[in-house]
Amino acid sequence: MLRYANPKRFLDLSAALLPWLWLAAAGLTLTGLYQAIFLVPPDYQQGDTVRIMYVHVPSAWMASFIYGFMFVASVVGLVWKHPLADAAAKEAAPIGAMFTAVCLITGALWGKPMWGTYWIWDARLTSMLVLLFLYLGYLGVWAAIEDRAKAARAAAVLCVVGVVNIPIIRFSVEWWDTLHQGPSVVRFEGGKLAPSIDPSMLWPLLIVGLGCTLLFFALLFVRMRTEIRRRRIRALLAAQAGG
Amino acid sequence: MSAFLALVRRDLSLAFRVGGGPFLGLAFFLTVTALLPLGVGARLNLLGEAAAGFLWVSAALAALLSLDRLFQADAEDGSLEQLALGDLPLEAAVLAKCLAHWLTTGLPLALAAPVLALMLNMPAGGYGALVLSLLVGSPVFSLAGAIGAALTAGLRRGGLLLSLLVLPLFVPVVIFGAGTVTAAINGAEGDAAFLLLAASSLFALVLAPLAGAAALRIHLS
Repeated sequence: MLRYANPKRFLDLSAALLPWLWLAAAGLTLTGLYQAIFLVPPDYQQGDTVRIMYVHVPSAWMASFIYGFMFVASVVGLVWKHPLADAAAKEAAPIGAMFTAVCLITGALWGKPMWGTYWIWDARLTSMLVLLFLYLGYLGVWAAIEDRAKAARAAAVLCVVGVVNIPIIRFSVEWWDTLHQGPSVVRFEGGKLAPSIDPSMLWPLLIVGLGCTLLFFALLFVRMRTEIRRRRIRALLAAQAGG
Repeated sequence: MSAFLALVRRDLSLAFRVGGGPFLGLAFFLTVTALLPLGVGARLNLLGEAAAGFLWVSAALAALLSLDRLFQADAEDGSLEQLALGDLPLEAAVLAKCLAHWLTTGLPLALAAPVLALMLNMPAGGYGALVLSLLVGSPVFSLAGAIGAALTAGLRRGGLLLSLLVLPLFVPVVIFGAGTVTAAINGAEGDAAFLLLAASSLFALVLAPLAGAAALRIHLS
């Protein structure tokens, strides 16, 4: 029963928090997107397509942030063998994979008018793609190993290996990009995350980013609650079958 | 040390007697090299330009083919438990198995690579760099691959999952390896790519046995 002591507290706490989380997440994201779509002036070079940035950049932030979150949860799970930490890492992964996919798709849609092609092999896109593979591999380990406790530890080891590798992959891909940079690719320095970005464009971006972070935690809590209940049902069924 | 060498010798003889040893990997290497001109057309300058990168990619794929058996057979017949119970630390056992795997896949590919590069019309000047970079870099395929193999040991359909787990780890090695050869062909000054490749190799040599042993212990517990 001690095992359930903390999940119980989590269920109570998250039940109290969730309505507020949803409200804040929806409010911030919608406010930011409203500003991005209707109030922000079009970019002098990129025109209206610059508005894609307000979905693209926050998704990229979330994709990295969620992998970092999974890393922390995995280490906690490995060291203290805490089932709630395992559940947090497991349930964060599909959300992270979705944000990575959204980032890649919006990047491709943005690339078409800007670069003239949906996909170019530039460093950022390529390392995002590798990050998506890392997410998929992580989900694959959870799906392939039937024993939950073993799956949790194997996935945690994979996540730690991935975090050790991400800086190396990112550096190597950037190094590769400087070698292979084709002269035909048109690059816009003014758009993406340039330090000279105007405050009127920066604020909506930060608001959407914060909204997405809250959205992540709202989704995560819902998924974790489902996972905890799923575990209970499984334990009850096992007890019934045994007794 | 003698236990370590005994394990290497055991895996080598197993590879020679059951799996055809290095020849299976070489045959695969040769087959994909034959497929490249058939697929993209026999234009010699196109092939020559792609040769360095292509040989590195096929070396990675050749390593993948044999990786899913790295711990699988031992997990099935119980010798993995024996290894874990023995005096040899599990980390050293993982390292021994990686060494045997590299001796039967990476090393022969590195030695055969110049012949295949010749068939693909790779420009002169890259041959020494190709062999040297494969010798230094291909151990990463065995070492990083061992982490994936250990994570999927004992799974019924581990092979496909293994490739998904391991390929992201191969990314830097392929970049630096092919970069070394390209730099040598272009006569570029400095050997940044080669040094980075060697660094990745040493990094994997230190960390992969630890992570591989940790992953094996999960399945043994």
